[in-house]
Amino acid sequence: MEDLINLKINGIDVSVPKGTTVLEAARQANIKIPTLCYLKDINAIGACRICVVEVKGARSLVASCVYPVSEGMEVYTNSAKVLQSRKTTLELILSNHERKCLSCVRSLNCELQALAREYGVDEDTFSGEKTKYDIEDTNPCIVRDNNKCILCRRCVAVCNHNQGVGVIGTNNRGFATDIGCAFNMDLKDAACIGCGQCVVNCPTGALSEKDDTAIVWNAINDPSKHVVVAPAPSVRVQIGECFDMPIGTNTEGKLVAALRRLGFDKVFDVDTAADITIMEEGTEFIDRLKNNKTLPLITSCSPGWIKYCEHYFPEFIPNLSSCKSPQGMYGALMKTYYAEKSGIDPKDIFVVSIMPCTAKKFERGREGYMTDGLADIDAALTVRELSRMIKKAGIDFVGLPDEEFDPIFGIATGAAHIFGVTGGVMEAALRTVVEVLEGKESEDIEYRDVRGFDGIKEASYNVAGTEVKLAVVSGTANAGKLLKMIKEGKADYHFIEVMACPGGCINGGGQPIHDAYTRDTVDIRGLRSEAIYSHDEKSVLRKSHLNPVVKEIYDSYLENPGSHKAHHILHTTYIARGK
Amino acid sequence: MSKETTISKVPFKGTAEEEKKLREVIASWKGKAGCLMPVMQEAQGIYGYLPIEVQKIIADELDIPLEEVYGVSTFYSQFSLNPKGEYKIGVCLGTACYVKGAKEVYDKLCSELNIQSGGVTADGIFSLEATRCIGCCGLAPVMMINDDVYGQLTADKIPAILDSYRRK
Repeated sequence: MEDLINLKINGIDVSVPKGTTVLEAARQANIKIPTLCYLKDINAIGACRICVVEVKGARSLVASCVYPVSEGMEVYTNSAKVLQSRKTTLELILSNHERKCLSCVRSLNCELQALAREYGVDEDTFSGEKTKYDIEDTNPCIVRDNNKCILCRRCVAVCNHNQGVGVIGTNNRGFATDIGCAFNMDLKDAACIGCGQCVVNCPTGALSEKDDTAIVWNAINDPSKHVVVAPAPSVRVQIGECFDMPIGTNTEGKLVAALRRLGFDKVFDVDTAADITIMEEGTEFIDRLKNNKTLPLITSCSPGWIKYCEHYFPEFIPNLSSCKSPQGMYGALMKTYYAEKSGIDPKDIFVVSIMPCTAKKFERGREGYMTDGLADIDAALTVRELSRMIKKAGIDFVGLPDEEFDPIFGIATGAAHIFGVTGGVMEAALRTVVEVLEGKESEDIEYRDVRGFDGIKEASYNVAGTEVKLAVVSGTANAGKLLKMIKEGKADYHFIEVMACPGGCINGGGQPIHDAYTRDTVDIRGLRSEAIYSHDEKSVLRKSHLNPVVKEIYDSYLENPGSHKAHHILHTTYIARGK
Repeated sequence: MSKETTISKVPFKGTAEEEKKLREVIASWKGKAGCLMPVMQEAQGIYGYLPIEVQKIIADELDIPLEEVYGVSTFYSQFSLNPKGEYKIGVCLGTACYVKGAKEVYDKLCSELNIQSGGVTADGIFSLEATRCIGCCGLAPVMMINDDVYGQLTADKIPAILDSYRRK
């Protein structure tokens, strides 16, 4: 039995387990205390002073995010003293905040702006000296504008603790305090993996994705370009949120319709490339397993993870699958297979991908993501950038009819749909690998042990007489933990799936951003992942090797999975990078 | 737009002996809670400052991000990212000197040497610190270069004084 503590919040009786903070106790009683620096499970440092409350008998207001409950405590979250204190704090924060809200990428989705409105602050109460920073936009994934930073340190916490990267931190002191890299280096020169978790955890516009919408608009408006687009698996269950649809709504049909109305010449599906990834990666796994080559094989779909491995664990580069990610395979096949089939010069094809990810922008520029001298992908947009394009074009997303992908590269299986969530790539691979190794169709294709949001999941399956040991991790800090265990001989696997973001792409750095309160009270990852698994369940085809488009591409073009031609187009190499 | 880094412009001249000493210091502290600060203090004792080369060794050996070490080194004014120059200039910005025009003297030193307080010239000859009262208010405004005291300064006297050291 847990020890329960009884307290009163705004006169309401509340019982919570010992050790609960006042903030969490209030949330359990449906009493909202505003926050800026607090983020459940990520950051609780009592720095911003927005969550202050009055505790009867206490000398001063206390920061509820770090103040534990005690028996008989009486808390007031909305007394006049509390409200005045929060208003003053907001005005102090705003006194050194660049208030270019009208043109800010986070306008109407900014936690500071929302609080300023709720508290009716006067922007000019404290007008004085302001710190001035240059906008840092040299990293291909992330833009930092410290003029809008409120020093909440949420980005620092997630980079350090969840991602195990820690390239950003708090530098200097007092008024000169800023968030940045060691020795004031640019983020592009630091061992940043580009995952964008800092961006989705930023309450203001201080961090944002590198906006590539302009080059996409230019391509669409250029009559000499044949512009193709395709969304990643998780995009279809996220983008509705940008148009106020409920979290976890699968809007695949509307997404296709919106992309057509934006003027793309063809609307394809990265999920088709995900099925091809399974054919290539599955073949690679079987080859390594049967011929005693380097194991464990580690998946290569997540570019944040790949860069993490290159920076922090280069000794595992031989373990990485040589497969390009589904984004890369899609792009490479557009400029080879599709170009040939449609009779269009690959130089005139402009390939756009829609990603839940900021690291895809870095991946796009990798040397190993070129085929015959042409970049596989010409622009990688996040879900947020696409939603801005749709809004700018005046498209009523919610009212759109459902449309279907262009069939040449637009049919996918349930195995591809689940790529968007942690465990999905592993489960998709198993659905194909097991059938190939056992030489017969398998009945049970749901590998539930690899599902769910535990940071490190392990499973073991007997496949054709071999006990195949698997691990699935998400969040690069967990990947680091697992690789250390392998190095120390404490763990041993045949096949590992890694996704850089905690929970996988459904929690990616390029997804729609929700405020801290929503994140604390709604299981956003769970709802998005349910939408993905339900899409899989409803799919007629649920195994990658049954995809007719995939069969056609191999039969008419690539020959076999792992063929010389497939290697030339669909595989890549990696490089060791310093820390 | 790229930022200017705070990596010292003076080339690192650490010796193998100093590095051996640093690694011994780190080994003696490693695993103890709160060991970063004492390690950094001892490292500064060995090298006189904490350049990126030294901070990288500390970060690697303690298995923490370089940024964490750097963050601490910029929070406490006792830590320096630059070596002291051959001639250490201390300009008093205490009250008496300040009202007698120390700010102009300090600004002139910054522009002549192209460094700020805490900085060192790329040739390693001069380092500059803005200090509090050095106890000779009667001579205000005052600066010290190593053990030499200069009083009743004006900005236009600065170039000649610096030149006299450059000629040494």
